[in-house]
Amino acid sequence: MADKEIDEFSGTETTGHEWDGIKELNTPMPRWWINTFYITVIWAIGYMILYPAWPLISDYTHGYLGYSSRAELSAEMVVARSEQQVFLDQINAASLEEITASPELQQFATAGGRSAFLVNCTPCHGLGAQGAPGYPNLNDDDWIWGGTLEDIYLTIKHGIRFTEDWDTRDSGMPAFGRDEILDRAEITDIAAHVRSIAGLEHDASAAARGALGFADNCAACHGDNGEGLQELGAPALGDAIWFYGKSAEEIAAQITNPKHGVMPAWAERLDDTIIKQLAVYVHSLGGGE
Amino acid sequence: MSLLEKHGILERSPTLLFIFSLVAVSIGGIVEIAPLFYLQNTIEKVDGMRPYTPLELAGRNIYVREGCYLCHSQMIRPFRDEVERYGPYSLAAESMYDHPFQWGSKRTGPDLARVGDRYSDTWHVEHLINPRALVPESVMPPYSFLVRTAQRTDDIGEHLVANQMVGVPYSEDMIANAEADMLAQVNPDSDAADALVERYGENVRVRDFDGDPDKLTEMDALVAYLQMLGTLVDFELYDADAPENLR
Repeated sequence: MADKEIDEFSGTETTGHEWDGIKELNTPMPRWWINTFYITVIWAIGYMILYPAWPLISDYTHGYLGYSSRAELSAEMVVARSEQQVFLDQINAASLEEITASPELQQFATAGGRSAFLVNCTPCHGLGAQGAPGYPNLNDDDWIWGGTLEDIYLTIKHGIRFTEDWDTRDSGMPAFGRDEILDRAEITDIAAHVRSIAGLEHDASAAARGALGFADNCAACHGDNGEGLQELGAPALGDAIWFYGKSAEEIAAQITNPKHGVMPAWAERLDDTIIKQLAVYVHSLGGGE
Repeated sequence: MSLLEKHGILERSPTLLFIFSLVAVSIGGIVEIAPLFYLQNTIEKVDGMRPYTPLELAGRNIYVREGCYLCHSQMIRPFRDEVERYGPYSLAAESMYDHPFQWGSKRTGPDLARVGDRYSDTWHVEHLINPRALVPESVMPPYSFLVRTAQRTDDIGEHLVANQMVGVPYSEDMIANAEADMLAQVNPDSDAADALVERYGENVRVRDFDGDPDKLTEMDALVAYLQMLGTLVDFELYDADAPENLR
């Protein structure tokens, strides 16, 4: 290896390997490649000086720039908020009615409310706020807990039957069948009566028998004619909107062992400004009172 | 022959090349990874973190068994779009009792790091039974069998022991009462439930999760786990901009 052999055709050194008279050339790496490699080494050293790099005994090297992805996020959030600040301040200061009265604020709140709705509310209430069985449609004017701006705001903020929030609104329908308050025949009759109130096809004699039971057990919350009571979250029964089904069987099932909707409270999770915007957005969907 | 030309010696011997590669890689690992195990500031000091209750741990085991991590991450990164959507970014402290952690690496579904308290129990049950009943555009498979499968309770103490061996601070009292605590979490207003809260703290959710108070099912366990996710750390007491918490 000491004496280098130079290939006479290419002028480059050979490795000294030879097979059947064919010799392997020891062609050097291209210059550009070698230079790129050296540049990356220098780049790495510069990076280690400027950015966090080396763990030490009790801390790590923070780098000359003191970069932190978390600090960068904080700064970015401050900028993002400050761009909206002029509107956010007004929304904070204004009442819900004042927001809807001002076209500019209303527009900002509806846009902000819509994006918050898409992120947080659609899994239950649907992309178009159309709801699902057991999850209210927010486009109609049938409100279980009230459809004024203030009611919607309270519902979003504290939730419904959400035990982690002390201010949540709660009510429970008795389990008339499970707890043996009514027997099976009475429940069937009351279900028929409920269908008669709603103007649905029903067994007239059963409905007549169920009228007294309805007046005794149901009217206190749902109203004499099934108009409902928003203070207690008792849904209206006389309209065409049904939460857990309108067949005689489904109504009887609900009287026997009622399901109760739960909505989480958002006070812990969302800023008050966002909750206000959400209330304005939901109120604007069509049925706001 | 200069030093630089001696690489030929390594390159001509596979054994030597292997040994020296191993040495080079080990140095990288020791310098960059090993300090994370002794540096005190790796894990933020937070209020509220506690070991998982036996029921939550069982739910977590189902989460791992069903491969939820393949489609759902539990890692909110410190970017504005993620923080605006999911809530405060995930802290190292929040996965310190996870063995193994469930950060995931792909989001076919949404991140679940802060899914706790976001939806009702009924929503979770109905959604796991048939995701498309509630979210028509969902591609998640149904897990309806969970509501029919009884949750095994007899081996939960051993799961606690295994976690204790890898550093989760389960007390002997917690291990001895693991099975009772598991049953108690779906049995509110019982003395056993009070004992559970006594052992694990006020932020334990005690209620019937799957809508069937008579049976303890795998659905109870999984929903209990999901409803706890991301709710333990008290962010009112956590200063995100304090120098020791920036990295």
